Amino acid sequence: MNDPAETRNFWLLVAFGGLVTLIGLGAAHYMEVHGHIVTGMTNQVVWGLPHVFAIFMIVAASGVLNVASIGSVFGQKAYKPRAPLSGLLCLALLAGGLMVLMLDLGRPERVIVAATYYNFKSVFAWNVFLYSGMGAIVAVYLWTMFERRLNAYSKPAGIAALVWRFVLTTGTGSIFGFLVARQAYQSALLAPLFIVLSFGWGLAVFLLTQSTMYAWNGRRLPEDVQRRMARLLGVFIAASLYLVAVYHLTNLYFARQGAFESFILLGRGGGTLYALLFWGGYVLVGSVLPMLLLFHPKAGRQGDMLRAAALVIAGAFAWLFVFIIGGQAFPLEIFPGHEVSSSFGDGAVEAYVPSWPEFLLGVGGVGAAFVLTTVGVRALDFMPQDDLPAAASAQESA
Amino acid sequence: MSAPVPPTDEERRASGEPVAATTRRRWLGAAAAAGASGLALAPGVRLIESARAAAPQGAAGAGANPKVRWGLLIDTTKCASGCTDCVDACNAENGLDPRPTPTSAQWMRKVEIKEIKTGRKSSVPMLCQHCAEPPCVDVCPTGASFKRVDGIVLVDRHICIGCRYCMMACPYKARSFVHETLTEQKPDVPRGKGCVESCTLCVHRIDQGQTTTACQDACTRAGHGAIVFGDLNDPQSEIAQRVRQAASVQLRADLKIDPGVRYQGL
Repeated sequence: MNDPAETRNFWLLVAFGGLVTLIGLGAAHYMEVHGHIVTGMTNQVVWGLPHVFAIFMIVAASGVLNVASIGSVFGQKAYKPRAPLSGLLCLALLAGGLMVLMLDLGRPERVIVAATYYNFKSVFAWNVFLYSGMGAIVAVYLWTMFERRLNAYSKPAGIAALVWRFVLTTGTGSIFGFLVARQAYQSALLAPLFIVLSFGWGLAVFLLTQSTMYAWNGRRLPEDVQRRMARLLGVFIAASLYLVAVYHLTNLYFARQGAFESFILLGRGGGTLYALLFWGGYVLVGSVLPMLLLFHPKAGRQGDMLRAAALVIAGAFAWLFVFIIGGQAFPLEIFPGHEVSSSFGDGAVEAYVPSWPEFLLGVGGVGAAFVLTTVGVRALDFMPQDDLPAAASAQESA
Repeated sequence: MSAPVPPTDEERRASGEPVAATTRRRWLGAAAAAGASGLALAPGVRLIESARAAAPQGAAGAGANPKVRWGLLIDTTKCASGCTDCVDACNAENGLDPRPTPTSAQWMRKVEIKEIKTGRKSSVPMLCQHCAEPPCVDVCPTGASFKRVDGIVLVDRHICIGCRYCMMACPYKARSFVHETLTEQKPDVPRGKGCVESCTLCVHRIDQGQTTTACQDACTRAGHGAIVFGDLNDPQSEIAQRVRQAASVQLRADLKIDPGVRYQGL
């Protein structure tokens, strides 16, 4: 099973992922020693690029579990053998995202404080439980799938994981949804929007990982499975686009939100970067092009599906950058109807430029998720088996 | 006869009492009672509580008074555009960097505003509004952001993890994050890199029995008299009388978070 070439490749992958993770940890150390002065963050844009990475991974962690839910909760046969990989990716992405989130704290060494002091009115405090609970439930879920004697409990565990991840992503969306102060947030739509976004982002990550594993093993995804998953990704992209549109439409209807919307959507008042990223990055690259690749009669091959998945992830980063950074860069409206200026950036759009340490910390989190996935796949049997009769029989005879 | 129930940590902190250092507070209180004033406060000590313990009224065991609602009235018609005496005094009192940058702590700032429709200009000192329903306290995951029973909103630097969620939640941009290592701190105002902070309403002065804030003193000294500090709950106090007689507003009153800072002339 483990021929020398494969073993060497495994260690190469682990070494690569480990190096990326180490660089991320080094960047975090640098930030801790010097303070956030070495980042692009300021007193206006207080959450920067690390939050873009962290929230992408945490939201995708929830969405990637969709594959398992469709299989073991809703009984779709094509998805069932993919449930373990889906669970593993969920744990890996969650760990990577949390790593970035925690290392971006002003006092990362006080993470134990976050685990021992709770203000139960805080959405962040709820999330501490939601994240750790998610890890525990998915671990149990994986156990019920791998341990034959526990297979009977796989469905209840799957249902628990399904419910939990809905609550978890509601919590992630509500981090922003409950913020009354900022024009960009304070919307009940953000919780369902994050859930729908998680479906697309998670599935995109899953498809890329799955095809890498298939390619590694010299196999191809069966045509019908590929078609189904591609169609599902297309539906998720369309649903996300719809909710994003509704979010902006409701804002456009409120006169008081007009300035913010023209900032984000039209780039007025210094929002050019955000408007470009929104239309070019999220709408075009992250939604329209992937849907063309998935639904166009002349497209729809496996390569197209993978390109679409990669574009969805690029679009996700663009959207998160617009949402998180753009939402903070737009000045708070403390004096409606007034022109405002101060030494503290009142009334001015903040020009946020991410620094290298921030970027490397974010990439380090992705590296950690990559290492966890690689080691998990190697240590346990995560390769989808049912549609691989050759592989299955080879294993049985071994 | 049942023994009296000791206060919870939460109750102690809200009333200005120390949480983890009750014994130390008692000791300090006794020392203060014995006339051992001039207690040297090392940075990192639970400043606010210790200051209270060392204060004259601390000796009597009184914490923050729940009957009091500290607040400010700022008369923008008296505030001179370009004058930054209150800001400078705040910086000096609290050991803040006087050079404003996007990453420096600015507990107090002057905001110049002009009404677009009418062209009417005002100069508005901005600071933590010490809300009765502070969003920063709601969102803080560890409870480091807290409101004392006398209405002062503070950050417990011992349990602030630097997540900056309170800065996202504050409608007034009142909070600053300490972006780099600090030097030359004031013994009365310990601060720390990686934590969030904001105006304390000069709580160290209040807890030592003083009745003015640094910004108010500076404004009075400059001859403007635009800032009045006091107990909004005391009908006899100047601030209560002034807000009763003249129209004043709370900023972002639509949010109904009931700021303790009111503005006249806006």
